[in-house]
Amino acid sequence: MPQRVPQQAGESLPGSLTRRAFLTTSMALAATAGVEFVGGKAPAFAQTRTLHILEWSSFVKEADVVRDQQAAEFGKQAGVQVTLEHVNANDLPARATAAIEGHKGPDILQLNNNYPQLYAGGLEDHNQLIAELGGDKFYPFIMDAVKVEGVARGVPYFFGGGANTYRKDIFQKVGINKLPDTWEEHLAAGKKLKKFGMPIGQTLGHTFGDAPGFAYPLLWSFGGVEVDDKGKVALNSKETLAAAQFVKEFWSAACDEGGLAWDDSSNNRAFLAETIACTLNGASIYFVARNNPEKAAPGMADKIGHFLIPSGPAGRFHTIGQFSNCITTYSENKDVAKDYIRFCHQKESFEKFFVTNKGYINGPLPEWQQHAMWDADPVVTIFRELPKYGRNAGYAGPYNRQAAEVWAKYIIVDLFAKVVQGEPPKSAIAWAQQELKNVYERS
Amino acid sequence: MKTTPKNPATATPSPGVLRSQEAVARQRLSRFATITTWLENEAVLGYVLMTPALLLIVVFIAYPFSLGVWLSLTDKLVGKPANFIGLRNFTHLFESQIFWRTVWNTVFFTLTATVLKAVLGMWLAVLLNRKMRFARFVRATVLLPFIVPTVLSGLAWVWMFDATFSVFNWGLRWLWQTAESLFNADFGYFRGPLWLGDPKWAMFSIILVNTWRGIPFFAISFLAGLQTVPSELYDAGDIDGATGWQKFWHITVPLIKPIAVVVIVFSFVITLADFQGV
Repeated sequence: MPQRVPQQAGESLPGSLTRRAFLTTSMALAATAGVEFVGGKAPAFAQTRTLHILEWSSFVKEADVVRDQQAAEFGKQAGVQVTLEHVNANDLPARATAAIEGHKGPDILQLNNNYPQLYAGGLEDHNQLIAELGGDKFYPFIMDAVKVEGVARGVPYFFGGGANTYRKDIFQKVGINKLPDTWEEHLAAGKKLKKFGMPIGQTLGHTFGDAPGFAYPLLWSFGGVEVDDKGKVALNSKETLAAAQFVKEFWSAACDEGGLAWDDSSNNRAFLAETIACTLNGASIYFVARNNPEKAAPGMADKIGHFLIPSGPAGRFHTIGQFSNCITTYSENKDVAKDYIRFCHQKESFEKFFVTNKGYINGPLPEWQQHAMWDADPVVTIFRELPKYGRNAGYAGPYNRQAAEVWAKYIIVDLFAKVVQGEPPKSAIAWAQQELKNVYERS
Repeated sequence: MKTTPKNPATATPSPGVLRSQEAVARQRLSRFATITTWLENEAVLGYVLMTPALLLIVVFIAYPFSLGVWLSLTDKLVGKPANFIGLRNFTHLFESQIFWRTVWNTVFFTLTATVLKAVLGMWLAVLLNRKMRFARFVRATVLLPFIVPTVLSGLAWVWMFDATFSVFNWGLRWLWQTAESLFNADFGYFRGPLWLGDPKWAMFSIILVNTWRGIPFFAISFLAGLQTVPSELYDAGDIDGATGWQKFWHITVPLIKPIAVVVIVFSFVITLADFQGV
């Protein structure tokens, strides 16, 4: 029987692990595991190719499902671990800012409007990708959102817009036999609807899409502009005054006056709850009524139709809600990111996404206007016409950082909000003019 | 003569080895003793204990604040370097009516809400200080508005103030219609206030919500102060014929003034930055 060996102070038993050895080993392991955290490279055998994409959470949930499936499919094909994150559109700028300033985060940021211009300092040159995926065929108005001094900082993926969603049965009941084509006709129709108890619903709050989607086209259709073609602030004009005077009458005579407190979903809820008969929106109200009938009054989907935003003395316009995929400069997976964007723009991939949206979005190239999807459901066919009337904020100047700042500050929206709340139109216009000057003319 | 080989495990260490091992052990003990002696000095221990909290404040408050001040003096854009431009951002801001409107709204909101919370909180504290049945339960229930996460209570209030589905307006319309039938009259259509759509009603609404949330904090804090006021002082006041208001003003208020100042200042700062509620 082996003898028990007495242990001396400071000595360890043969074969046992000393505290020093344990600490040394565990610290070495921790250093190896954490070396990437402090900027080193993990051993090659531990590396897996990854791709992190941040994009908006669509109002058409089925479209998000398709995007997730396509991301997984790409990951399988390319041997890449893909993480696709959906966030509220209002959170995209904050996430983009944090990622670009921290030089860490998603490899691809899906940015809306002309945010690629605002974040150009942290986004790659996409000119080659643009050339591969359509080049000059991309709509000029969506390329304006990504180009900075001739360099594309993202690849436009889709754009959307609004049309008036209306109740066919209510229009018939109150005697509106012809769909409104001009603002005056829209006012006349709205008066009948309001008298019936189901007015036009429109928000003039600080919303993501609905309020600017009404205010800017209204201004443009009366001939008003934010700046002239030389970049000088030109909002204070008789055309803008005409628009302001019109909206004052339109609001009180035809609209649900609670719209001042609405967000982007309020008009959807109000329409489906049958408190309004007409509202400017994307096709999402119709999709909910069609796909989730339990959320709407019985048979609602069959009673819904769409007509374009009315035209004014200067024409018909709508704001373009473009979304672009942008590769970040800090990304360590740029080649994979480019392959992913190519994959998304492949005909089969984009077609599936496009068809799933059922008219909620338009493709970045004119060829998608000819797709059979537009004729599959006549209720949404009208959305095919939107590219003809698309215009960017900042008109008649360039679509740039100042235009984005005016949009973000809701200056044009607040101009009309002030008027409908009782401020004299000239005073409201003077206020907006000064605010625009603060943005455009500060050095 | 055959020599039995020594087992290293059982062999007695030489005196030299023993002395060096003893020296190492003494050195370790000496260092440990130095550290403990050092920590037994209250002046040193105080700073040592404060260091973790200080580090957290520096890293998560002081550094971001200082960086924010620095950025406000530059032309920093996302993804681009910052260039010092002095006070130019502030001069542009001062030219904006939106900025001044925001300042006025913030000051009005903060002052009004804080005064309401202080007054109503004191009133509630005086009530809770009385002897009543289920006092502990009542005091715990009163805290609920303060404890419920702002996101949840905010959602509930948004629905209550909704332009189309407001329960307040529903109730007011019901009262309106009831009055019409009682008086057999037609007062016309009553829509109800645009709680979040009209500037004045919107200010009222957010002050209401902030006050509702903040009253429990004031009440519980004041209650704690009230419970430290000796009852003999109130007895003396009764003997001297003081009224309830006189006792409150001359006994209660002076004695809870220190706690009131702390609570009001704390609440003022929190209310000024109440982005969640707004």
